[in-house]
Amino acid sequence: MSHHTDALVAAVESDGEVAQDGLTVSQHDDGYRLETPETRHDGLSEDELTEALADHDDYVTNWYFWTTVVGESSPQRRAYLRWVEGADDLSVSERYEALRDGVHREWGQLLVTVSVDDHGERSYDLRHVDDAGTDAEELDPYHEPLAARQLATYDEKGRYRPLKTGANLAGGWVFPELDARDLVEAVGTFYPASVPNWYREQNGSLDVEHWEDTIGRQTGMYSVIDTWNRGDGHEHVDWVAEACCDDSQCVKRREWQYNDETDLDVDGGDGAFPCREPCSLVIAASRKWTRLEGEETKTYEFELTPSEKQQVEDIIEAVADDRIDDIREADVYEGANRYRTRFLRAKLFDDDGNLCGVPTDDE
Amino acid sequence: MQALVIVAHGSHLNPDSSTPTYDHADTIREVGAFDEVRTGFWKEEPSIREVLRTVEADEVYVVPLFISEGYFTEQVIPRELHLDGWDVADWDSDGLSASHVTLTATDVPDKTVHYCGPVGTHEAMTDVIVRRAETVTGDPNVGSGFGLAVVGHGTERNENSAKAIEYHADRIRDMDRFDEVQALYMDEEPEVDDVTDYFESDDVVVVPLFVADGFHTQEDIPEDMGLTDDYRDGYEIPTVVDGHRIWYAGAVGTEGLMADVVLERAADAGADVGDALEVVRERTRTTELAGEQ
Repeated sequence: MSHHTDALVAAVESDGEVAQDGLTVSQHDDGYRLETPETRHDGLSEDELTEALADHDDYVTNWYFWTTVVGESSPQRRAYLRWVEGADDLSVSERYEALRDGVHREWGQLLVTVSVDDHGERSYDLRHVDDAGTDAEELDPYHEPLAARQLATYDEKGRYRPLKTGANLAGGWVFPELDARDLVEAVGTFYPASVPNWYREQNGSLDVEHWEDTIGRQTGMYSVIDTWNRGDGHEHVDWVAEACCDDSQCVKRREWQYNDETDLDVDGGDGAFPCREPCSLVIAASRKWTRLEGEETKTYEFELTPSEKQQVEDIIEAVADDRIDDIREADVYEGANRYRTRFLRAKLFDDDGNLCGVPTDDE
Repeated sequence: MQALVIVAHGSHLNPDSSTPTYDHADTIREVGAFDEVRTGFWKEEPSIREVLRTVEADEVYVVPLFISEGYFTEQVIPRELHLDGWDVADWDSDGLSASHVTLTATDVPDKTVHYCGPVGTHEAMTDVIVRRAETVTGDPNVGSGFGLAVVGHGTERNENSAKAIEYHADRIRDMDRFDEVQALYMDEEPEVDDVTDYFESDDVVVVPLFVADGFHTQEDIPEDMGLTDDYRDGYEIPTVVDGHRIWYAGAVGTEGLMADVVLERAADAGADVGDALEVVRERTRTTELAGEQ
């Protein structure tokens, strides 16, 4: 008899009934009753109950996992773990069949795989989605959830990632066998507060704070951003969202809008978990844009060949899409190629770095 | 269940900014004084706005890893934590004496939040400055023959900033351990640029009262004191400047003993930290005590 069964029988004895995901075991005057969607046994002695439970191993270990291992102490952790294995969508039989092969879920750029072994114990594998098909032996193994902190700090090129949910998480690592608690810790270390906010959204209690509210509460050096809102539309915030919050930049799904009544014209994306308000990066960038956008436009006259105009556009595209490092050194067919760009500078800049010799400000 | 939440500034540009916060959180996690230890940041994640919802415990001790009372501890952090009914008057502070208040936060109404004063103004911080001097000189008994300079920003942005510097400089002076103790500032007299003018001792330990190493502690101060013409070239410890050996310690906040001050703040607010204070004080020592070989 497994310790799972022992624990279940003890729980029935003390509580009169246990129930989990279709399994109900209860104590009655005529003995124990065991029910699953597939079977029902009445009037069982303790030995008969134990014997009957042996034929329902999956139900027993499932009960043990959710009751004893996960418990109720953190509703958000429990909800997340249930979502990971689709516990509210699949019956125990269907779920265990899937769990024996491994059930996958994507969470931003993370791939969670939960599987169950012959003893009904769950184990979680956590890795970068791009490493889905890679043998775990080829990845750097980690076991402590807090190791995620270092893995999340630098991108593949070794550059600091100021935004944990930036779409530039580096791969090459694996947490091959986390337990349930450590899985949620690791996920929360890669993507802080993503689980609590997702859980609130599931419950319909996500406290979204829209642009106007978030900007309105800023003080000190960020209070100036409020002056960018002039009551004449929200095009400027559309640009902010397109620049910073697009799925190509951040894995969160933007739920904040201009205000309670006015949605932005830009799509919030398809992220698994929500973004509830403009983040500190958006705020810091918006302060700069508030200053820049306070300038009046001015007419400059430049002479460019059609290809040069196209090339300026190519360079902007390449920087905006972070493609610079993908452009091969000798690929002079790319406008943002380094030699092409250096040629453009050699030809068009004066000694002070002015395009076509045209000064930026009046002299 | 009780949780410790350390809140700090963090940075969009400098990955080292959050390092001390994580290090001290790890130290405290290892001694097991709290069921949970979390970190939250103004510029990193989780944001201070969302850190409380990452906490499971119902008693939460929030300790700001900031040097002085002021804009962040009085306005930004309470606002971002959604502290309900926060009034800075409840701290009843003269700029140095904020200890803690107990409130709730509107986004986690079932939790009790003990909001503590900043680490920088706690009396235990004085010991961290001294420990920093021990670490940088490699001498657990450093003092005799040495001068000690405590360096701060100055009052340009926050008058309490200078108060904290003076407070610790006075306390170290009262220890009679160093031959000379002087408070110096980056943006006002007496300026750190002229450090050698203020000391007669041949050896001077310079400890900046900053939470993390960054622009000020790694670039400005070393160049201002003449340790190097260009911070990128680095400098020796000690470096001889105008006939004085300058032992430049870098940000005091990187000293392991800072974890002790975080614990002190939480303990003052009522957290049960058991023997964690003694354990942390010993574990974070990197120099050998006199008589111990």
